Amino acid sequence: MKHLLSTSDLSLVDTLQLLDVAEEMAAVGEREIKKLPALRGRTVVNLFFEDSTRTRISFEAAAKRLSADVINFAAKGSSVSKGESLKDTAQTLEAMSADAVVIRHPASGAPARLAASGWIDAAVVNAGDGTHEHPTQALLDAFTLRRHWARITGTPSAGTDLGGMRILIVGDILHSRVARSNVWLLTTLGAHITLVGPPTLLPVGVGSWPCEVLYNLDDAVATRPDAVMMLRLQAERMNAAFFPSTREYSRNWGFDDARLALLDVMGLDDTVIMHPGPMNRGLEISSAAADSPRSTVLAQVRNGVSVRMAALYLLLSGRGHHEENRGAGGALPRTANRMTQEQA
Amino acid sequence: MTTNSTRYLIRGASLGGGEPADLLIVDGIIAAVGSDAARDAGSSAHSIDAEGLIALPGMVDLHTHLREPGREDAETVETGSRAAALGGFTAIHAMANSSPVADTAGVVEQVYSLGRASGWVEVRPVGAVTVGLAGQRMAELGAMAESRANVRVFSDDGVCVSDPVLMRRALEYVKAFDGVIAQHAQEPRLTEGAQMNEGEVSAVLGLTGWPAVAEESIIARDVLLAQHVDSRLHVCHVSTAGSVDILRWAKARGIRVTAEVTPHHLLLTEDLVRSYNPVYKVNPPLRTATDVQALREALADGTIDVIGTDHAPHPSEHKECEWAQAAMGMTGLETALSVVQHAMIETGLMDWEGFARATSGSPARIGRLKSQGRPLGKGEPANVVLVDPAARWTVEPDKMATKGRNSPFAGTVLPGRVTTTFYRGHPTVLNGALNSPLPTDPEEPAWNI
Repeated sequence: MKHLLSTSDLSLVDTLQLLDVAEEMAAVGEREIKKLPALRGRTVVNLFFEDSTRTRISFEAAAKRLSADVINFAAKGSSVSKGESLKDTAQTLEAMSADAVVIRHPASGAPARLAASGWIDAAVVNAGDGTHEHPTQALLDAFTLRRHWARITGTPSAGTDLGGMRILIVGDILHSRVARSNVWLLTTLGAHITLVGPPTLLPVGVGSWPCEVLYNLDDAVATRPDAVMMLRLQAERMNAAFFPSTREYSRNWGFDDARLALLDVMGLDDTVIMHPGPMNRGLEISSAAADSPRSTVLAQVRNGVSVRMAALYLLLSGRGHHEENRGAGGALPRTANRMTQEQA
Repeated sequence: MTTNSTRYLIRGASLGGGEPADLLIVDGIIAAVGSDAARDAGSSAHSIDAEGLIALPGMVDLHTHLREPGREDAETVETGSRAAALGGFTAIHAMANSSPVADTAGVVEQVYSLGRASGWVEVRPVGAVTVGLAGQRMAELGAMAESRANVRVFSDDGVCVSDPVLMRRALEYVKAFDGVIAQHAQEPRLTEGAQMNEGEVSAVLGLTGWPAVAEESIIARDVLLAQHVDSRLHVCHVSTAGSVDILRWAKARGIRVTAEVTPHHLLLTEDLVRSYNPVYKVNPPLRTATDVQALREALADGTIDVIGTDHAPHPSEHKECEWAQAAMGMTGLETALSVVQHAMIETGLMDWEGFARATSGSPARIGRLKSQGRPLGKGEPANVVLVDPAARWTVEPDKMATKGRNSPFAGTVLPGRVTTTFYRGHPTVLNGALNSPLPTDPEEPAWNI
């Protein structure tokens, strides 16, 4: 694994390795000293072209727990807002010898562009690109689901997949990078996915995705899901004629108190409610649902640090071995190694 | 007229893909064809051995972006027309979306004069339909038609004339001087922020879709308007199977509509967008394999009349960026013949006669170019291209004459190579390389050059 751009690139073996390493990282987080020397001397740049304090601090905590040096590069207040191109920004980071670039960008495909362009040699981690993907969010969701699934089936979490699990993903699928990453990743892990939302917020072409599609949330809940993942409704969709009003949206596709009660009535004691945050309480999720024991919202946040540690560790430690094998010796500076590679 | 009295004897070229014959070019005219040619050539004629080569009428592009005036960093009339000559063209139509927009007699005359001064091909300016391409007010179409540039093709290309009343009036108005409206069919509301074809690939990539219906609904409306007011309509860069169906229906009803397809839409599909490499970003977008097949069949059966390159050079910084920020467009002049040979001729869908019709005869007729698109016969203007159909070459954008490096075919091996281009009897291209432009006529008044 050179970059982490999309969950559709991850095989089952890759995914299980990431989740298993994340379990080990989670164990580190339980210790009194929550720090490993694994990435000492490595530089991780958080390159954020879009505001996301949550994701940025999660990556920052992950990199610091692995002893990496962290540089936060926020597009606002930097040269990017003065018209500097992605290419120039990338080359600046390359000149500073970044080992990994964690990029959040409003344009779909920007991380893939960065990885394939040759502008930069660092590992690229997609921290959310436009309406395309958010792979580490899907990994933390999978991690959370796997722990839950292991607990109710009485098996150890490490090494297992999500075979047999039924998961609903509800809301604005069309514009959701979280939904896309989860569809590919959770199906790779063997889960059965049903997408639920108004037809205007499901992409044309969704029929070719490896999942079911339903328009009616109550019909979907009747299929007895093991997990219900509610997506955030972005403010800019609310006035763009995708649906008549936020109240109608909330009635039809919000996880409200009535639907929460229905889970109890149906005897679905182990069904969890997920949300990637930040939540619009009272819109796509009621406060009672968000704060109920079924809610995994805070566990998801906690697990985010573990899976991001795993991703950075696997990308950068694997990379180190790679370069040492190819170059004349591990002690050579990076540039010398790169020259050797270019000549090869 | 040129006073160039040099004689060229082309020996043994297959005329339009048929039997080999000799061609004698004297003073800008095809002076003899067949056995007469060698006899009349005399000893002073330059002899060109064309055995194994195909002689075709010079290609005519209805859809070229030359970027001058305004974006001379992207292309100039000089560099674009050099690229055209190398690609086998003897006439190109410069689209109106320059800066300032070619919406007045002054701007079209400027472009026309620059083309005359360059001398590589005939440069015919396209006039804007609306002032500033803004879609609000009709530009002075009559003034452009009556100008020295003698404009007959009008287009807001890049922008659709979406207002149905304005489109109707434009279609009606240009009848006064036998003009044609070339429509960029794109319903604007259905394509706000559109990045690529809407379908399975856009769903996965999270890129805003450009649905086929946005093109098809405008074409459907426009053919009905053209029928209602009995005007000529030309549809630019048709890209979907549904558009082909509508055009076929319209032609069967006798509506005076012609249509164009780009070389890239005959070969490339939306799957290339998975790379997020903006070299594949173009408007209309690359579509599906089903669309590509429908476009090929439509070109073969004449539903689509012409190849138009939509040559759209961009400076590298407009492509070396994120997909959503990148400019739309691809270069095409220097690869058009090869791509069409690959997609149409080597697939058996079309012969070289059909190629000549779609790249020369039909576009010249649509653009009302009297000395272009003529058969290779005695007494005809000597706009002639020699093509080596057996050649194979690797596309290297850095070596092209266009300033644009944005070729989607970079690194691809393509068949067919233009070895020689005669423009009005003058070899602009010899041995596959630029030779010299047509000398300007010393007797022509300077203001006319």
